[in-house]
Amino acid sequence: MLKYSIKRVLWMIPMLIGISLISFFIMHLAPGDITNNEAAFNPKASEESRQKLRELYNLDKPIIVQYGLWLKRMVQFDFGNSFATHQKPVFLGTTDTDGNYTKGMIEEALPITLMINLLGLAITLTLAIPLGILAARKYQRWQDKSITLFNFIGFSIPGFWLSLLLMYWLGVANNWLPISGLHSLNYENLSTWDQLKDSISHLIMPVIIPSVTGLAGITLFVKNGMLDVLNQDYITTARAKGLGEHTVVYTHALRNALLPLITIIGLSIPGLIGGSVIAETIFAIPGMGKLFYDAVLMRDFPVVMGVLTIGSALTLLGNLLADIAYALADPRVRRGVARG
Amino acid sequence: MQKNILVKALSNPLALAGFIIIMVMFLLAMLAPWIAPYDPDAFDVKAILLSPSWQHWMGTDGLGRDVFSRMLFGGRISLLVGLVAVGISTAIGIVLGALAGYYRGWVDTVIMRLVDIMLSIPSFFLILAVIAFLTPSIINIMIVIGLTSWMGVTRLVRAEFLSLSNREFVLASRTLGAKDMRLIFIHLLPNSLTPIIVSAVLGVAGAVLLESGLSFLGLGVQAPQASWGNILTDGKEYIQFAWWLSLYPGMAILLTVLGYNLLGEGLRDALDPRSQSS
Repeated sequence: MLKYSIKRVLWMIPMLIGISLISFFIMHLAPGDITNNEAAFNPKASEESRQKLRELYNLDKPIIVQYGLWLKRMVQFDFGNSFATHQKPVFLGTTDTDGNYTKGMIEEALPITLMINLLGLAITLTLAIPLGILAARKYQRWQDKSITLFNFIGFSIPGFWLSLLLMYWLGVANNWLPISGLHSLNYENLSTWDQLKDSISHLIMPVIIPSVTGLAGITLFVKNGMLDVLNQDYITTARAKGLGEHTVVYTHALRNALLPLITIIGLSIPGLIGGSVIAETIFAIPGMGKLFYDAVLMRDFPVVMGVLTIGSALTLLGNLLADIAYALADPRVRRGVARG
Repeated sequence: MQKNILVKALSNPLALAGFIIIMVMFLLAMLAPWIAPYDPDAFDVKAILLSPSWQHWMGTDGLGRDVFSRMLFGGRISLLVGLVAVGISTAIGIVLGALAGYYRGWVDTVIMRLVDIMLSIPSFFLILAVIAFLTPSIINIMIVIGLTSWMGVTRLVRAEFLSLSNREFVLASRTLGAKDMRLIFIHLLPNSLTPIIVSAVLGVAGAVLLESGLSFLGLGVQAPQASWGNILTDGKEYIQFAWWLSLYPGMAILLTVLGYNLLGEGLRDALDPRSQSS
């Protein structure tokens, strides 16, 4: 197990280097150098700020040296300071000479996005697993067919459109739920209980909408996994022994059907992080997605590069955890007998 | 053979529904200049934010433009971006997948590691980052979506090539002295076509969703050029006063994406008798 984990962790190093190469390549996509680009989009970009960009990315040095220096800063988690927001540090907070601590932008935004996505994932799983089991047990019956139809719609509905409709229905037409931000304006003056209620009501739409659109994929996955497992010989054996249908499905089949779900959850992380751009922009949630979107609009390159790199590193970390969890759950994997 | 497959797929009612939806969308988009009752870009200060009526079937927007006309012209953009983006990603996927699956060894290793790396970068972030460094335009959107969504096709083509190259007919042809190019283009590729087609059809669904999302965020198709996504941007702006700006473009996106998904899954079922996904 330990050997497997170590091998798996070491594997991340070439992946991280690959990611840094691609990010670096994107930065050089811009015609001319990125300072021209900034000037073209932002008439307010002064010669001073362009000079800062040149210094930050060492644009006057040969390209290999630029990459080396950039990589060195990545390793130290130093993504520089934002251009747009009064020089706030991009990733981690810093303490200046007077002892004043400035929080990093990603440091502030990341917990919010993680919380929303984990809550959403929990909701998705609690709904998708029973639905998938139901569809598999009632395969080709009306229950399965309605779930299939629901899945097709789930796959096809634009999440931001669903958000707009619900915003109109729940927020504008009926005024049941707040439509933006994490807290109300008078949050500070509320009692602890009301603060909690306020936070929850702000979170309902941003958490539930992505989990509804993510439901289709996981449900289909659970259903197909169950169908596969229910056709296996050991299930027939279990039934032949005279075990109850409930024991067969929930004790024998479910465990094996759910195993690959660990990998799927790991693989869904980039989609969740990327998807947060639209959801957070619509509901004005100050998470990673909104941070990234604002940075793209303002051509705040240090923030763009920082979020891109941290987002990818998180994806790698998520896949690593999923693989290790899978190996823990399935002895065949860690002994290298079978994979996937 | 290919024709039979289409007939078989379309005998599935869901796939047929998908096929009809897509055909209707294409017809409306192609005939847009003749069907549209108004100039999609014409302002009318006397007709701002009118709700749907006989004059304006889907109402008007904040500048008094006819939403129905803009929807028709926006459909052209959404359908075009979807097709071209998937054309690009499928072409890249076929070339890389064929190289990896045919030559194996270090070529395979390099290409597959590149796929792993691309898959670990959140693709929406990647697309937005590229757009941040370029200018948003229809051409750039198509290229960027294409360049960031070829990984699935690559894996698919590689897997097909790996399994096909051990089959007797390929071994026989190789023994008879067939050259690499002949093996790839005459034997391997044509026999891998069906899963590629399925993945391309499903890919268009994803690309249409992506384009509408980008345009909605203001980073895709730029105003005054209409697209379903950027009409929805107005919808958000005027959500308190004009529900019709949000409802219709979203329905058009939903229907189009649903159409491609239904057709893609129908084809998959028709092509693979073992498939249980529906």
